[in-house]
Amino acid sequence: MSDDHVYLTLAEGHEDDTRWAYGTGFEDPLHGVDTTMPEGVDTGELAADCVALADDALVSAQRLAEWVTRAPELEEEVALANIGLDLLGQARLLYSRAGQVDGTGRDEDAYAYFRDAGDFRNVTLAELPGGDFAFAVVRLLVLSSWRLAHFQRLAAHPDPVLAAVAAKGVKELTYHRQYAAEWVVRLGDGTDESHRRTRAALERIAPYLGELHTAYDVRDEVADDLRQVTEAAGLPLPVYRPLPGSGRAGEHTEHLAPLLAELQGVARAHPEATW
Amino acid sequence: MPGTGKRVTLIPNEWSVGKLVTMTTTHAAEAPPPDGLQEHFDATIAHDQRVEPRDWMPDGYRKTLIRQIAQHAHSEIIGMQPEGEWITRAPSLRRKAILFAKVQDEAGHGLYLYSAAETLGADRDDLTQRLIEGRQKYSSIFNYPTPSFADVGVIGWFVDGAAICNQVPLCRSSYGPYARAMVRICKEESFHQRQGYELLMTMMRGTDAQREMVQDAVNRWWWPSLMMFGPPDDASPNSAQSMAWKIKRHSNDELRRRFVDMTVPQAEKLGVTLPDPRLRWNEETGHHDFGTPDWDELMRVIKGDGPCNEQRIQRRRTAHEEGAWVREAATAHAAKQAARTEKGAAA
Repeated sequence: MSDDHVYLTLAEGHEDDTRWAYGTGFEDPLHGVDTTMPEGVDTGELAADCVALADDALVSAQRLAEWVTRAPELEEEVALANIGLDLLGQARLLYSRAGQVDGTGRDEDAYAYFRDAGDFRNVTLAELPGGDFAFAVVRLLVLSSWRLAHFQRLAAHPDPVLAAVAAKGVKELTYHRQYAAEWVVRLGDGTDESHRRTRAALERIAPYLGELHTAYDVRDEVADDLRQVTEAAGLPLPVYRPLPGSGRAGEHTEHLAPLLAELQGVARAHPEATW
Repeated sequence: MPGTGKRVTLIPNEWSVGKLVTMTTTHAAEAPPPDGLQEHFDATIAHDQRVEPRDWMPDGYRKTLIRQIAQHAHSEIIGMQPEGEWITRAPSLRRKAILFAKVQDEAGHGLYLYSAAETLGADRDDLTQRLIEGRQKYSSIFNYPTPSFADVGVIGWFVDGAAICNQVPLCRSSYGPYARAMVRICKEESFHQRQGYELLMTMMRGTDAQREMVQDAVNRWWWPSLMMFGPPDDASPNSAQSMAWKIKRHSNDELRRRFVDMTVPQAEKLGVTLPDPRLRWNEETGHHDFGTPDWDELMRVIKGDGPCNEQRIQRRRTAHEEGAWVREAATAHAAKQAARTEKGAAA
């Protein structure tokens, strides 16, 4: 057929694979990153930090994935999937790094698929289920603002891998925060219904803010972001209330176990399998 | 032919089987074009040049394209669901990322295609409405369920493979924006096909249970994939107009045969059996002989009696309806912003 050449071209064309979402290629996630450990870094602490940050990202990505085929507009499906993919990419790098430095040699999947809820260290805000689009963007605003502020500091971390992950993540998280902030403003300002829903979402997340501040001392940055956005949206600032328990200590809501059951089910049903 | 006012079957593939899905055109009412325009259009087609949005084109050509592109867009959007089910359950983080990115690409393809339809005067909201009311079709392949993770690999291999066979010739479609969208989409589809095949290769090297999953998925998807090329040529008499307009370049049977020829050696390399006892190489024709798909099944699925038709449309309808307040809020905010800017400028 006359268009055979087009087909052949398609079969070749491997060279631009790099434009695909990070980590979807066929290479080692830490390929090309200097993984030498500098002296003076507490490896136990570093591994625990990596796992906690990875758990936040993985659990958030799982919640974002639930929006696929359910978002209010196709553009939002693409955007939320993009954000989920960025976080999944961060989680993979951080788990890999944890496995290198904690002495167990575990790979990314060992952390993601073969630990139980009590071993996860994500903040509980990330694991809360569903909710409407207002809740999704309000939660995204808070978590991305918080993670961005922390990553900006981590970019100077003595571990070159964590520093590199953070530096790359800063760019991604800046976009996530921007996307979420724009939506919170639109929804807060839009209609009575969207205002009411966004206000309810802010009230729902308020009890979980304290946990974020205990985890990392970035309270001022997050408060600044929240103040700017809620002002522009005509919404009240959420009032912090302390919440018992902390995801960082492995104390989770009842919602994490079902999330993990879905995430881990196939992998655990076939423990000997390779995928 | 344009201007004759006869009923034409517009889409020469499975979405318009015989008299099931036909559209009455309004050609009879169409005024004859000013001098020279029809001739110019005919010459553009004859010389394999591209028709562009601002060029004059016959009404039938425009309607044919809108419908074909819309159905293609709907297929991308509905096609997100069968695989999308597995994003939260994918058994490794790498597979999760690959699948997440693939489903996101499909949303992107839907967006390009809706844009291409809009260059012809279609309205995306109207097309969405037609989809969720079941008034416009999408590819029937997406009405089959995905009960195992191997389905993700087999969809990549077969369904994306069949889509590539169907769509590569569309990269030379006579309508410029459609052809250009197809170039980009085909590149991404070929990437997805490789990823699907690579997943199956990995699973075939794994456990017995994994190999069984792969074979089971191959058994379920093979015949529906062959149906993706539409009914046989002798039951698809109206494709001729689209071929003449060079919207479509090859017949259903040609494309189906091409897909079989391409897939057989891949199945051998993978170590799976294609579920067709009549499948064999024919020295004389230089192609494979193969069995006949169950066309009655295709008709049933197109008519809405497939395993997942209701569920697929319902999901899209629910997303659209539950998202209405979000879209309204965005519109209201934009209007308020515009009013504030105007007020600011006036002050």
